[in-house]
Amino acid sequence: MYETHYHRASSIQDAVKLRQAAGEGKYLSGGMTLIPTMKQRLAAPSDLVDVRQVPEMKGISVSGRTVRIGAATTHFDVASSSELAALCPAISGLASHIGDPHVRHMGTIGGSIANNDPAADYPSAMLALDATIITDRREIAAGDFFTGLFETALEDGELVTAVTFEAPAKAGYQKFANPASRYAMTGVFVVRRDNGDVRVAVTGAGSNGVFRHEGIEAALSAQWSPDALANVTVDPSDLLSDIHADATYRANLVKVMAKRAVAAARAD
Amino acid sequence: MGVEGIGARVARKEDKRFLTGKGRYTDDMSVPGMKYAIFVRSPYAHAKIRSIDAAAAKAMPGVIGVLDGKQLLADGIGNLICGWMIHSKDGSPMKMGAWRPLAHETVRYVGDAVAIVVADSVAEAKDAAEAVVVDYEELPVVTDATKALEQGQPQLHPEAPNNLIFDWQIGDPAATDKAIAAAAHVTEITIHNNRLSPNPMEPRATLGIYDGGDDHYTCYTTSQNPHVARLVMSAFYNVAPENKLRVIAPDVGGGFGSKIYIYPEEIVCLWASKRTGVPVKWTSDRTEAFLTDAHGRDHLSKVKMAFDANNRIIGLKVDTVANLGAYMSLFSSAVPTYLYATLLSGQYDIPAIHANVRTVYTNTAPVDAYRGAGRPEATYLLERTMETAARELGVSPAELRRINFIRTFPHQTPVIMNYDAGDYDASLDAAMKAADWNGFAARKAEAAGRGMKRGIGMSCYIEACGIAPSAAVGSLGAGVGLWESAEVRVNAVGTIEVLTGSHSHGQGHETTFAQLVADRFGVPIDSVNIVHGDTDKVQMGMGTYGSRSGAVGMSAVVKALDKVEAKAKKIAAHLMEADESDIVIENGELKVAGTDKTVPWFQMALAAYTAHNLPPGMEPGLKEGAFYDPANFTFPAGCYICEVEVDPETGVTKIIQFVAADDFGNIINPMIVEGQVHGGLAQGIGQALLENVHYDPENGQLLTASYMDYAMPRADDLPSFKVSTSNTPCPNNPLGIKGCGEAGAIGSPPALINAITDAIGNNRLTMPATPQKVWAAAHAAN
Ligand SMILES: Cc1cc2nc3c(=O)[nH]c(=O)nc-3n(C[C@H](O)[C@H](O)[C@H](O)COP(=O)(O)OP(=O)(O)OC[C@H]3O[C@@H](n4cnc5c(N)ncnc54)[C@H](O)[C@@H]3O)c2cc1C
Repeated sequence: MYETHYHRASSIQDAVKLRQAAGEGKYLSGGMTLIPTMKQRLAAPSDLVDVRQVPEMKGISVSGRTVRIGAATTHFDVASSSELAALCPAISGLASHIGDPHVRHMGTIGGSIANNDPAADYPSAMLALDATIITDRREIAAGDFFTGLFETALEDGELVTAVTFEAPAKAGYQKFANPASRYAMTGVFVVRRDNGDVRVAVTGAGSNGVFRHEGIEAALSAQWSPDALANVTVDPSDLLSDIHADATYRANLVKVMAKRAVAAARAD
Repeated sequence: MGVEGIGARVARKEDKRFLTGKGRYTDDMSVPGMKYAIFVRSPYAHAKIRSIDAAAAKAMPGVIGVLDGKQLLADGIGNLICGWMIHSKDGSPMKMGAWRPLAHETVRYVGDAVAIVVADSVAEAKDAAEAVVVDYEELPVVTDATKALEQGQPQLHPEAPNNLIFDWQIGDPAATDKAIAAAAHVTEITIHNNRLSPNPMEPRATLGIYDGGDDHYTCYTTSQNPHVARLVMSAFYNVAPENKLRVIAPDVGGGFGSKIYIYPEEIVCLWASKRTGVPVKWTSDRTEAFLTDAHGRDHLSKVKMAFDANNRIIGLKVDTVANLGAYMSLFSSAVPTYLYATLLSGQYDIPAIHANVRTVYTNTAPVDAYRGAGRPEATYLLERTMETAARELGVSPAELRRINFIRTFPHQTPVIMNYDAGDYDASLDAAMKAADWNGFAARKAEAAGRGMKRGIGMSCYIEACGIAPSAAVGSLGAGVGLWESAEVRVNAVGTIEVLTGSHSHGQGHETTFAQLVADRFGVPIDSVNIVHGDTDKVQMGMGTYGSRSGAVGMSAVVKALDKVEAKAKKIAAHLMEADESDIVIENGELKVAGTDKTVPWFQMALAAYTAHNLPPGMEPGLKEGAFYDPANFTFPAGCYICEVEVDPETGVTKIIQFVAADDFGNIINPMIVEGQVHGGLAQGIGQALLENVHYDPENGQLLTASYMDYAMPRADDLPSFKVSTSNTPCPNNPLGIKGCGEAGAIGSPPALINAITDAIGNNRLTMPATPQKVWAAAHAAN
């Protein structure tokens, strides 16, 4: 690790100010991605602005069916919130399968979506839930937020402070874990609204990061059941191939995980 | 046996230290003035070094020195060597290319060391290492062994045209070809054995200390065999003569073979300590371990197995290409030859065998022995072939094996080995019973009802431990003898130290070796200390690998105990005015049989050291040593059965049950033996399902250089194992021990793959059987 300077922010304003004052600064949340990258000397921020202790960025609040999760909320807190489990168990389940207990007690939702790892779990939930990403300066729809591999709509110095979404009637998430990293080799998050709208987002499989699958959405809009996917085809041409799985296999996984996600959503 | 003697399930003495973080590993060692080393490593798999410019690095804060391969050469430090000579079938010796501890002309794999930076801190050393400018001229790369043998491929070493190290054979080619020609059925199969990274929990580390006052070197290192390290470093690398070099391998956190070898880092840190005048410590990080620890396996074999009309095997022909990586590691030549092809008879009576083995250089990390070393390769090949043959012949897999089992001992195979004892039916019966083999059809039908494909597979393995005797291995090319030494020191108060040339790096010697003493003298194991891993304490030893510590190391202890017992009895007889032949030792007392006369053990020991009243002419003290050279290998064997369920939608394999029925001969501590089997099974299952070292074939970059991409087995990948033993004692050593350290890793991969191929109805499957491969195979025609 190269030398760096550590700052602990006490408020959103303070965080943004510290970050602006720093040369090559970076926000630090759980550090589960950033610190290993620094240890491997692949990142060399001059300053780290720790946002995990900012009170406005922590915790989960629910009003009616509107859910707000602070950006610095850990995966463990999301996984173990009983309010969330009652409204949207799919996201609790998703959080409970991220990494291992150490990672879940340190890693945060804000860090995960700001990082936008193509194999991360949360981006699929945000996209399928049509969540809004709240930053220190604006609100961004999830559909506009995730722009590519490790790319987001965030501007330099922009801080994610929270995410909000309306809890859907039904939601389900199924992840096929990479045997080595246990990140998503393919993960599918399905959402069905009371009005019949269906959104399906796929992570881990797209060569350009998280994406919605229109064919699956159309089939599930017509019939909300695993069987509805029998005749859907998933085109492998935009999917990832790597040493763990090729695009053809990932295409199969997209369909199988979607089927299982619907089954899980129906069972909840 | 007594509560702590042979056969007792004693909890491990060393566990308190290990489990409470009180272990003392090489990286825990700290000496005054110690500095830290970082190696500058090649980012290319094959390149010429045009120049190395260290001027900027030397000027950086905290830097004490930057040294390169030219300086190392100038100081007369020798090449790393392979210590086992193999001759090709044309009589020519193996083609050993030069392996410099620091490359100064050519780098041959990603991670090849080119310079060492010594600095006040690891961080400063890393900063400076980045500032060392190496000008490389990239060369073309080859990573696949079969490809490397073809015409026109990149050449690694001028000594080895077409990258061929040797072309060796064993057995009778003519008789085997004749058997195949006359066969009623020939099963043919291509077998690939995947490349593995050993991944001990503790990465390699070394601390080199040069003492200018005495011109003496001390080397702390993560070694399975510190004496061999000292021998090789003084005899071949010219680091220092043996009397000026002390090697200490303190607590070592696992090795699995990878810590047998002498690596560049030990040599270079010792040399750098002299050059810079400070003690130099280097600790590998995990990615360096993936890049530079010797890998295991990487074989491709073509197999023909010939049967007569009664389904008896009449011949076996094997053609193997083994990838040895960029350089020949210390025992790399022995693994695909004498540790592999000599086991190709398996548990079967095969009249004719011929194996041809070609070993090859490629731009990959060196490959050497890894848990099992050659025997997993032989077992996987044979047991997949047997299963395939059973399916082709329409015989049950158990029946085909029974038809061919060896049942009379000793049995001379056509490939050197002479099996001394065994009962292969017993372990097959035990495994089939434990697995409820006969109930499988019902379980398969039930699974099918849930849309799952259930399969069952077996593997009947044999292996050879405690490689020996020294004269025989010497005649086959080994550069060392494979005996073991022990010394038993009884202190004046009766406590006992056992010095052994074996080295414990997870095997539990501090407990099991003490159990031998407790068994013999009836003293508590807490009064027995095991001393190992330091060339200044233990005079000489051959270390621990190949499951040799029990069969060879403990046998040496037994010989030393015999001598101690004889002298102790003489002293006691003298003290009690009895006849020496009437003395018995029980519960820590020496008694005159049939009387109530006794001398406590400690009193006898005190008498030995006060020497006030010893038999006339007897030397004071009580300390005896022994060297033990076994008459033969030992031959553990067993039967493993695996039952799986494959999800046809995803190709995910779930292990439903795994049964291991082993014959390890006599057992000192059943709990430790079970632990060894569990660990071995986990490693074998890891190989079969998950693990694979993956190099980019175009540029030789290691794509599995961290746990993000290299899949290790985890607890939830494994079932609860059903293990049992049915033991035929080994007739060739005093304890009747065979060895258990590697069996799990040897026997398990074929059982698992046989189960998967049974489930999916397609035999075309390579390890690791990843979900993608299993899914593709399940949906392809056989
Ligand atoms: C062993 C291991 C296993 C894992 N397994 C999984 C898994 O299965 N699934 C999965 O999805 N993830 C997994 N992760 C990643 C984990 O979820 C991390 O929590 C996540 O990737 C990053 O979150 P963090 O809070 O640690 O962010 P950090 O590492 O602190 O930051 C990550 C990046 O985001 C930026 N950042 C952080 N917070 C903000 C903010 N509020 N606004 C703007 N930018 C910000 C940082 O500057 C940095 O660039 C794993 C990680 C590890 C170490």
